[in-house]
Amino acid sequence: MQCPKCRAPMHTYNRNGVQIEQCSGCRGIFLDYGELEALTRLESQWSQPAPPPPAAPQAYPPAAAPQAPAWGAPHGGHYGGHRRHKSFGHMLFSS
Amino acid sequence: MTEDLLPALAARAAAAAHARDPACPCTAATLVHREDTTVVRHAVAVAKAHPAETDTAELAVRTAVAARLPGILLPPLTPAPAELHGRPVTYWPYGMPVGPDDPDAAPWEEAGVLLARLHRTPLPEAVPPMRGPEKAARAVALLGDLAPRHPAAAPVLDAWADLPPWARGEAPAPGPVRLCHGDFHLGQLIRDRAPGGPWLLIDVDDLGAGPPVWDLARPAAWYAVGMLDPDAWHLFLTAYRAAGGPAVPPDGDPWPVLDVPARALTAQTAARAVTKAAAAGRPLDEVEEWLVDACARMRSVPAAAPAD
Repeated sequence: MQCPKCRAPMHTYNRNGVQIEQCSGCRGIFLDYGELEALTRLESQWSQPAPPPPAAPQAYPPAAAPQAPAWGAPHGGHYGGHRRHKSFGHMLFSS
Repeated sequence: MTEDLLPALAARAAAAAHARDPACPCTAATLVHREDTTVVRHAVAVAKAHPAETDTAELAVRTAVAARLPGILLPPLTPAPAELHGRPVTYWPYGMPVGPDDPDAAPWEEAGVLLARLHRTPLPEAVPPMRGPEKAARAVALLGDLAPRHPAAAPVLDAWADLPPWARGEAPAPGPVRLCHGDFHLGQLIRDRAPGGPWLLIDVDDLGAGPPVWDLARPAAWYAVGMLDPDAWHLFLTAYRAAGGPAVPPDGDPWPVLDVPARALTAQTAARAVTKAAAAGRPLDEVEEWLVDACARMRSVPAAAPAD
């Protein structure tokens, strides 16, 4: 789909099981009906059972994602799910 | 001439193999057969016919460098290039490539260490310039010539035009030069056929003196565009730093240094993809769209200026 604001193509991402569309140009986000509620629900799940104070900073196991340039794919990339795409493998093995 | 070249090159590869192994099983295969490059294998030996326009003196220097850096580069079977049907030919031992179906299983750490060691090698005398930026420039020029009206051409050409002259191959790079591979990708790694044999870098065609960050910038571009698993990128970069690789600061954000060459390599890869898609009359696939989208975003993000 096209971004309603700047007309650039929008790409779909999965955030905790919620599909959201993000514009490749202005990076605006489009939510379908019910998706905002789904995200809000997820947020409250995170904050509700006031978690016991973490013993160590390792409480959130995945280390911070490596730095990336601002022109890169939004939020660390499309990686995952698209792996077997035709051109993908070829590009890693050629100039 | 190309039709004559293949059987002649196969015969040369067979002779090279038989010189090393009289009990040769004679398994033969054509590994690459493009307009400008042909590579054939005969059991333990590989013969490569380089492009006709190759500077043979420079190729001889590059091959000699490979002979002197065992443990980093695959050493050639014969020290100097030969000639066949007007093409320079070099001979190499056969090695096992990275499995193309499983990029996650690629030896990312070993690749980082090999590049760090290459970059730490004292610059050999008389080594020609590394050819990475020159080849990127050629890919982008080809897009401008063959498919300038393709809707994806403009963002790629604009991203390229915004790059500093050094990254377009029009001026020497700022900062110290090192011995660089010049065309690193997963097809440039092979493993000795002995079990547990070490990984080595192959293909010296673009090897030479240049900014070492160029060799990190293609994996960096794949990561930035979303093609490469962040973990693989992290492994590669961490191993490179741990091995004392000089292209990026030993810790902290590497992107001030990677930014410009990663843009250049993203533009090169996007240019190749769009040119190919246009020639085949097919739409861009999803991964190709990511590359073009990344180029389109570059204009709104000023290039990083490294501290030095």
